[in-house]
Amino acid sequence: MSTTTKPAKIEISGEQLQESRTLWGDTWRQFRKHKLAMLASAVLIAIVLLVVVGPFLYSGDPEHIDFSFKYSGMTAERPFGADDLGRDLFARIIQGGRVSLLIGVTAMAIAMTVGTLVGLLAGYFSWMDNILMRITDIFLSLPRLPLLLVITLLFREPINSLVADMMSVLPAEMRGNMLAPSEIGIFFMIVSIIGLLGWMPTARLVRGEVLTVKEREYVLAARSLGASSRSIIFRHILPNVLSPVIVAATFSIASAIISESALSFLGLGFPPDFPTWGRILFDGQGHVNKSILLVMWPGLMISLTVLCVNFIGDGLRDALDPRLRK
Amino acid sequence: MTKYIIQRLIIAVPTILIISFIVFAILELSPSDPVGQLPLTIPPEVREQIREALGVNDPFMIKYVKWLRQFLINEPLNILENATGMTFGDSEGRLRYISWQTRSPIVDLIGQRWGQTFLVVGSAYVLGIMIAIPIGVISAYKQYSLFDQVGTFFAMVGFSVPTFFTGLMFIVFFSVKLKWFPSIYDTTLQVSFNDFDSIVTQFKQMVMPMTVLGLFYMAQISRFTRSAMLDNLHQDYIRTARSKGLNERKVVLGHALRNSLIPVVTLITLGIPGIFQGAVITEQIFRINGLGQLLIIAIQGGDLPTVQSLTFIFAVLIVVFNIVADVLYALLDPRVAYN
Repeated sequence: MSTTTKPAKIEISGEQLQESRTLWGDTWRQFRKHKLAMLASAVLIAIVLLVVVGPFLYSGDPEHIDFSFKYSGMTAERPFGADDLGRDLFARIIQGGRVSLLIGVTAMAIAMTVGTLVGLLAGYFSWMDNILMRITDIFLSLPRLPLLLVITLLFREPINSLVADMMSVLPAEMRGNMLAPSEIGIFFMIVSIIGLLGWMPTARLVRGEVLTVKEREYVLAARSLGASSRSIIFRHILPNVLSPVIVAATFSIASAIISESALSFLGLGFPPDFPTWGRILFDGQGHVNKSILLVMWPGLMISLTVLCVNFIGDGLRDALDPRLRK
Repeated sequence: MTKYIIQRLIIAVPTILIISFIVFAILELSPSDPVGQLPLTIPPEVREQIREALGVNDPFMIKYVKWLRQFLINEPLNILENATGMTFGDSEGRLRYISWQTRSPIVDLIGQRWGQTFLVVGSAYVLGIMIAIPIGVISAYKQYSLFDQVGTFFAMVGFSVPTFFTGLMFIVFFSVKLKWFPSIYDTTLQVSFNDFDSIVTQFKQMVMPMTVLGLFYMAQISRFTRSAMLDNLHQDYIRTARSKGLNERKVVLGHALRNSLIPVVTLITLGIPGIFQGAVITEQIFRINGLGQLLIIAIQGGDLPTVQSLTFIFAVLIVVFNIVADVLYALLDPRVAYN
């Protein structure tokens, strides 16, 4: 006969009870200590707000040509000055920022999805490991910038006509509200090339993490309970390898923004009438003698955004590293 | 060790073959037309004959194998002949890979231009390394000091601000406003050591591109050196070295730095092929006619052979320097080769 013991009654008053701590709570507590990262977050939020809400609050038209404002300095009507055609630079910066930031985030999403998936598969299934890692090595050996340039140049036209064909199926009133097919086509092309040339470091990182995590007891426990490979990977392994992915994602936004600006700077990005920060900088460089504002503002915006994103990445890396936590 | 090197070399062969195939396929599948740049007065049937003569209509695999043979056998022999003045085999009848734009052999174009790139970008790289390593070491040794905080902040700035922006700003301030340095790099300048003025002019035109690139490399390498040093400074062997009474200089420079340099050397080696790619933007800003500019001109002019050659050479450089980095790592840290 077995004896059962009654659970002991423990009296805990409200003050003794510690506030429960979560992983993200800890991370946030640690992140707040990184002053530069906090400052960078504030600046980045301001930039994002500016480009997202800006057009609703600011009435300037980025496309309106008015030669009486040609090369205007910073005035009340043109806060950032005006370009060679008298277009409002502030409105152009806001509009360009939308595209530049969207490119950064979308390219990051592509790179992270592919990288995490490849890393998970290579780390978990040992029969795929060798082949997937060889492919990763080959992608790492591809010269990024030259390929980016070559592919954008060569496939610009076919993709434009493809998108135009696809859009012609849509009703006319829907098409009226959308961007021109060349702009949509180039956006998707640039974003996918930057994303598909940037997933390799994440794949390596995730694979390394998966290799250690999959030997842990809780994975063994899940397996012995009959969990399928899919649920082990996505339920038990993925959440535990997420922190390096988050850090890599931050840095990859920065590098995608730089890549797009570099492409535009070389004149191979978006069409001229479609402003992105890189494109405004490229258009402005010929007029540096007349107005320095034309390169200063887009350059500052690119640099400031990338700097903030990088600082946030640094802060997140420290915050997510449990060894640094006190 | 020898076995390790041979292993690495054997893996590199299929990698290079696959990369060459990718580079070839991307350009081959693209809709670029070699006769697109020719005058419109040429009748269509003549156009078709030109295409036929150029081999445009050959099957894909035949074109690939021909291209590969040209690249791996013919062109290296051409370079060897140029360099040594000797003739190998049928030197007159051997094909030369010709640029569509300039109608001259691509090897010659590259030969004319790589020196400019190497001089400007290569020296910027060396300069960046020489400044970055001491900064990284001091930053790590005095972690959280004022020097460290200022240093890491500026490293982050240098790492984040794109070179095309710093380059333009340098031009605006130092050549347009202050008129200290020329904004355009003059490649026709003849530098001779008897002529002091030519040396000064050459130096002046190299200052801005070198500073712009040097700052960028410096930022990258000093951050890396700092974190490598920090990893090592907290190791047990450093405490042992201190406790046996070694002076601080020896502990830091002889023990910690020596071990920290292993990953730094790897990073520097891996960055060398990037010299030629990083040049693309800087050469465009300062109008240096090096390899990066050649690539841009070729891309804009639809000059497929030149683009293919340059992209492939960049890829081969990456593979080669990957091997060099691996071998160096194994030499510096023998534990690697035994695993």
